[in-house]
Amino acid sequence: MTQEMAMSITIAMSLDLKGLSCPMPIIKTAKAMKQLAPGQLLEAFATDPGSVPDFKAWAQTTGNPLVESSQEGGVFRFVLRKKEI
Amino acid sequence: MVDDHEKPLSLVMFSGTDDKLTAAAVLAVGAAVMGRPVNLFLQYYALDAFRAGRVNADHALSPEATVSQAPLIRAHKGQHWSELLKQAKDVGEVNIQACALSMDMFGIGREDLDPIVDGIEGVAAFMASASDGQVVFI
Repeated sequence: MTQEMAMSITIAMSLDLKGLSCPMPIIKTAKAMKQLAPGQLLEAFATDPGSVPDFKAWAQTTGNPLVESSQEGGVFRFVLRKKEI
Repeated sequence: MVDDHEKPLSLVMFSGTDDKLTAAAVLAVGAAVMGRPVNLFLQYYALDAFRAGRVNADHALSPEATVSQAPLIRAHKGQHWSELLKQAKDVGEVNIQACALSMDMFGIGREDLDPIVDGIEGVAAFMASASDGQVVFI
């Protein structure tokens, strides 16, 4: 299986939040997460440094696990798993 | 038992300048996105900014905005406070109430308010909604 195929299977939705400032990245993410089924994964790309603590706090408070928080070339990548009901 | 993060956040919006309206809207949407119920109580100059047809007007900045800060604030490409409040309503539980006293003071009725306002209430009803959550005055 190619990496591209694996990505398309595991990531249910991808959000481009680059260039947006607080509080838009987390608002758009929260809205998008509502559309996912439990267990599905959402990835989001952001450039706002405030999004790093924001995604962590949102995940902890709402119970949707943050399974990845990484950075590459000034772009942050987050992967959230929709919590089981 | 209700966790702290599920307690309502209640904002008394008093100031009617765009910077303070924006700061209040950011707090409101932030609390909503974290799953907290949000109550907004519109008084005085903030209520005036929520009158029908005035939401997108220029509400100026607070006096503490300096000559060098004002252009930076105006040029910032963030969302308008009314748009943030719409997003807050989309994502969470947000109740926007006009202060009955301020309505009376300005001599205005329900039809004079922007549709984003949910209703008109007095301070006792607002305090009942605030319950044991925090109340913030802006």
